[in-house]
Amino acid sequence: MRRTLRAIPTLLRVGFAESVAYRAEMFVWLLSTTMPLVMLALMSAVAREAPVGRFGQAEFGAYYLAALVVRLNAGAWVIWEVNFEIRQGTLAFRLLRPIHPLVSYACSNVGAMPLRLLASLPVVAAALLTLGPGRFTHDPLLLALFPLTVVGAWLITFLAMAVIGALAFAIDSSSSVFELWLGLYGVFSGYLIPLELFPRWLEVTAKLLPFRFMLSFPVEMVIGMTPRAAALRELAIQWTYVAVLALAARITWRAGLRRFAAFGG
Amino acid sequence: MRRYLTLLAIQLRASIAVAMQYRVDFLVQGGLALFWTSWSLVPILVVYGRRSSIAGWSFEEALVVIGWFTVMKGVLEGAVNPSLTAVVEHIRKGTLDFVLLKPADAQFLVSTAKFAPWRSLDVVGGIAIFAVAFDRMGRWPSAGAVLASLVLLLCATLILYALWILVVSSAFFVVKVDNLSFLLLSIFDAARWPADIFRGALRVVFTVIIPLALMTTYPARALLGTLAPSHGALVLVGALAFSAFARFVWLRSIGHYTSASS
Repeated sequence: MRRTLRAIPTLLRVGFAESVAYRAEMFVWLLSTTMPLVMLALMSAVAREAPVGRFGQAEFGAYYLAALVVRLNAGAWVIWEVNFEIRQGTLAFRLLRPIHPLVSYACSNVGAMPLRLLASLPVVAAALLTLGPGRFTHDPLLLALFPLTVVGAWLITFLAMAVIGALAFAIDSSSSVFELWLGLYGVFSGYLIPLELFPRWLEVTAKLLPFRFMLSFPVEMVIGMTPRAAALRELAIQWTYVAVLALAARITWRAGLRRFAAFGG
Repeated sequence: MRRYLTLLAIQLRASIAVAMQYRVDFLVQGGLALFWTSWSLVPILVVYGRRSSIAGWSFEEALVVIGWFTVMKGVLEGAVNPSLTAVVEHIRKGTLDFVLLKPADAQFLVSTAKFAPWRSLDVVGGIAIFAVAFDRMGRWPSAGAVLASLVLLLCATLILYALWILVVSSAFFVVKVDNLSFLLLSIFDAARWPADIFRGALRVVFTVIIPLALMTTYPARALLGTLAPSHGALVLVGALAFSAFARFVWLRSIGHYTSASS
């Protein structure tokens, strides 16, 4: 444990250096998260004549720009690395190190955070300039909790990817399972359309699933659509999901590593 | 020419054989494809649940666009993306040498390397969506409209393929681009909406730079019989110009290929 803690600063530095070295890859990642802008254009067209529910054009603007910021900072890509390394057998090298592979994956993800924050600055600036600070929550507690909710969102993304990635120990490639996860995420997280606008039964389903806590919960909180009490309750649910997934990741990885047989490498 | 057709047939047969080997995967993928087709209707159902017409497009007309989107997605994931992943891997590992040494055009070889036959189910899904849309409208497209939209489908495929060649070409310069196919897919997602929804900069981007509008909105218009013939001709010219440009870029960038390891 102490050894792991001592290694973390170095691993983070390595992660940062990696993210700078593979700038182009990073840029591709950033480009692939532009869907909220497309949806913003679409929903603005829908709301041009009259607001939809609680959402007018300005609210849609705030919603999708906040969604873009959350998505930029809460994204993880560990699933591709895990799938690739298990299939190619190169995971063996990672296992030789005296550190749990998930810790080193997490560090390389967190190491890229400075660049991601940098990329989201223009979005924040654009949101504040065009919409004004009035579109966002003024509750100091909620504003202070916002980073925590984004961290929670990132943890859910990362841990879910780790669990799905661990399936690759049993079925060699878990990318189609992940595709399924991504499809459900697209609808149930509020990434495409705010959950409120869904038919009632779909909204209720979405509120129970973990996807919402990866995106629409922080977004709705920061644009001031969730009252304080509800936000605190949802924060508790979010971190419960984090704890459950952390446990699941630990169990699946322990079981998976026992099965792991490196080919080639 | 005949030689290349034979080659294409051989590559296709190999892909089908590989796909048939994993029968469970085949069934799972087939089931998933049908599930996705219906799942991709959720956003449009939600949006049109609130409005009867958006930017001049009624629900049924927007459904036709989704139909084309489904068909093109089948083309993208069935014929374009599998080879893309394969060639990026080749470039990264330096095994592209073996492809370049073969006595046939390298672009042809890499772009027919791998197909995912079960994706043809997407085409079936697309046709089903057309049927629903036109049935709700209570009219059927004329033979001319069907023909025009098929020509536009061909153009759209050409454009998609050209886009793909451009993406692969970039892999010669920035080596670690495993996620390029993901990028292509996530940008392509915007094509499910009629292009008239977009205004200003986005509209220019989606018509000229990444011509998503030409891939789904124009064929849909042709099928609905609302596309001006001059626009159709423009698409044809654009598709040919775009593929010529892609070929040019490919030839230039393959000159930059320096075998990685081997």
